Amino acid sequence: MIDSGPLRVPVLARVSDDPGIEERLRRIWETGPGLIGWLSTVDHKEIGKRYLVLSFLFLLIGGIEAGVIRAQLGAPDQTLLTPEQYNQLFTMHGVTMIFLYALPVLSGFSNYLWPLLLGSRDMAFPRLNALSFWIFLLAGLFLYASFPLGMAPDGGWFNYVPYAAHEFNPGPNIDVYALGMVFLGMSTTVGSTNFIVTLARTRAPGMSLNRVPILVWGTLTASVGNLLAVPAVSLAFFMLWMDRQVGTHFFDVAAGGQPLLWQHLFWMFGHPWVYAIVLPAMGIVSDALPTFCRRPLVGYTPVALATVSTMVLGFGVWVHHMFATGLPPIALSFFSAASFVIVIPSAVAVFAWLATIWTGRPVFTAAFLFFAAFVFLFVVGGLSGFMTASVPVDRQLTDTYFVVAHLHYVLIGINVFPVVGGIHYWFPKITGRLMNERLGRWSFWVMFAGFNLGFFPMHIAGLLGMPRRIYTYGSGMGWGPVNMVITLGSYLFAIGVLLFLVNVWRSLKRGEAAGPNPWHAPSLEWSTASPPPVFNFAVIPTVASRYPLWEDRLEAGAGRSSTEEGMLLDHGRETIGTTVVGAEPDVILRMPGDSLAPLALAVAMAAIFVGLLLHSWTTVIVATGALLLTLVAWLWPSAALGQTMEIADE
Amino acid sequence: MNDAGIYQGAALPVGSKGRLSSGWWGMCTVIATEAALFAYLFFSYFYIAAQAHGEWPPGGPPKLLIAVIDTIILVAGSFTMMWGERGIRRGNARRLLWGLGVTIALGAIFLVLQSIEWRSKPYSLSTNVYGSLYFTTTGFHVAHVIVGLLILCALFAWTALGYFGARRHSAVSIGVMYWHFVTVVWIGVFAIYYAMPYVAPG
Repeated sequence: MIDSGPLRVPVLARVSDDPGIEERLRRIWETGPGLIGWLSTVDHKEIGKRYLVLSFLFLLIGGIEAGVIRAQLGAPDQTLLTPEQYNQLFTMHGVTMIFLYALPVLSGFSNYLWPLLLGSRDMAFPRLNALSFWIFLLAGLFLYASFPLGMAPDGGWFNYVPYAAHEFNPGPNIDVYALGMVFLGMSTTVGSTNFIVTLARTRAPGMSLNRVPILVWGTLTASVGNLLAVPAVSLAFFMLWMDRQVGTHFFDVAAGGQPLLWQHLFWMFGHPWVYAIVLPAMGIVSDALPTFCRRPLVGYTPVALATVSTMVLGFGVWVHHMFATGLPPIALSFFSAASFVIVIPSAVAVFAWLATIWTGRPVFTAAFLFFAAFVFLFVVGGLSGFMTASVPVDRQLTDTYFVVAHLHYVLIGINVFPVVGGIHYWFPKITGRLMNERLGRWSFWVMFAGFNLGFFPMHIAGLLGMPRRIYTYGSGMGWGPVNMVITLGSYLFAIGVLLFLVNVWRSLKRGEAAGPNPWHAPSLEWSTASPPPVFNFAVIPTVASRYPLWEDRLEAGAGRSSTEEGMLLDHGRETIGTTVVGAEPDVILRMPGDSLAPLALAVAMAAIFVGLLLHSWTTVIVATGALLLTLVAWLWPSAALGQTMEIADE
Repeated sequence: MNDAGIYQGAALPVGSKGRLSSGWWGMCTVIATEAALFAYLFFSYFYIAAQAHGEWPPGGPPKLLIAVIDTIILVAGSFTMMWGERGIRRGNARRLLWGLGVTIALGAIFLVLQSIEWRSKPYSLSTNVYGSLYFTTTGFHVAHVIVGLLILCALFAWTALGYFGARRHSAVSIGVMYWHFVTVVWIGVFAIYYAMPYVAPG
């Protein structure tokens, strides 16, 4: 290289020596005032909070839908809902919970926490972060657009053809779902890209790969999985839309198409996705549970490896959703065996959590209760999964309430319980205030009792032969009593969730002041103020061990991390880039400022999908033009970001 | 390094520098997800071909002439692009402009040939499942060629404005990586849709 351009030795500073540092950084990183500032911010903490709030709103909407469904099913021969309304409600319940709550809520945690956990000042792509949020919001609205018209998606969340084909379902219901899912997939992909590059490039110096928190491993694994799996479902939905509207024949037997192709593509995506919506939640537990057990996680390395290997195996088990479709025995045996094998990494993690509790000195906070309950519910959900991995058992149980019980144990048990526990844990960091412990414990016990009362009997309903997706049943079937218990239990669970929300609301206003580290926790996010300043860290931390804030308490030889003294990096918005494995500094990264481009791009994309839905080709063409112009403006090489020959401020 | 391990090493580059830039890593993830998309398209083709009754492809193997020329053009475009990119590494913006210009012209010729190829087919998107697969897969590829050409045009304009030189040209390397990917995908399309029916008919 003849001319390597401007080089700079990062200035080291000590926070206590220069009280002016924080004010200077605040001016550099601050978001502008007013509506424009609100719409253009790229602060990962702001975006993370929006993700959390919006996904909880979707959780409530999905919960209300479930409540109506349970009222309909609570007793035989109910007529609260027509079959058509029932189909739309159970479909939207599934779509909402799985796509609009379960992953986005974890993205919320990771967006808020990653740069704080990694000792960085923002995500690698701050504007993409804003883009993924805006797409999530608009795609959520898109998926709900036909709901008020009584034409919502009605084919179940996995939307099998030929039922979802135009011939049998000619309304706009399925088109909304197909286009909405392609649109939402872009948010997931953009978010995954951001997490992967953030992990690879923006960790604090010294935070080598074997020192990152397990939540980071979980979200990284989920992101790589999504990056490779989401195209399958986007393609499947696009093919379905083309079959319905453009006249292709992918799933049309009469013209040589294959309905089972839909199921393959859907589950090639669907099963990795299941792990994507639980692995980060398991990471929340692996990081937060040890804090309340007053000891490091038992088996950091096995748990990290279990996380990754679960996802790798997760790409090879999709056919266990298709055991009843008449595939050849050799395929069934292979996928059944693979599904059994995946129990091993799950068991590794379970034993690591149990050993952490067993050998620790647990503090029974509300958060701890949620995490401990998660371990129990994971085992129950894992066992019913293990049972359905067996082909003969699955043939008996498939499409019954047993499967409904299984998927609610894994999704509520492994996603909702850790998420609510995680909110209790990080609420003081996000808001500066502690949640009420007493109310927290009440909400836990009501949720736990209601959940098991409501969902365990679903196993029994399934064994009694009750199929999924029926809008009612006759009194002669004998399913009345068990369904009444399910309905009452699920309402009790809902009351528990409401208590939790009341606690959030009250604590926001009246919670006790938390201070930087109320739990005496070990990771970097607790070294900065609560709530964290806009620039996260006045100086870039240097990490010397897995538990930077516990080095005084652990035995000697744990290393000395530094959060007091470090690189200042104050020539505009900057953070440090480090090497992938060893986290040695190798570049000073210039970070973009606030921008309206992400919102504009998301709106243009939404307009394209609306145009496709309405067959308004003018809209599609105009919106595509707007999208291209926005992209060119967004990507225009900038001197401030060091992308051109002339680089600003050097 | 001092006893706290705080960085006290050499001066570091600032801003967007080749493989140290976040954009370079970002493009790697874009290519990974796009490659997965084409893998699922190819999976769909094989799945349906394996289950097909009667002749596959319907009407016999496709004619090769235009597809072979297409392949040569795209591969040549990757080489001209590489040649141009090597130029800017030594600060030769004029050579980069030539590389970009020739590659854009080759890409445009590819699009013209592809539209002739599409028109020559006796079947359409909606004739049968083979037509659906063929036009969807090649359509996805053409869409990628168009995006690639737009990227190269933007790079051409930015190079002409004097933004890039020996020490700053990350945008060029990132855009060129995408263009190479478009070529590689075409080789996959050619191998599966055009060459394989001759090698492994039925």
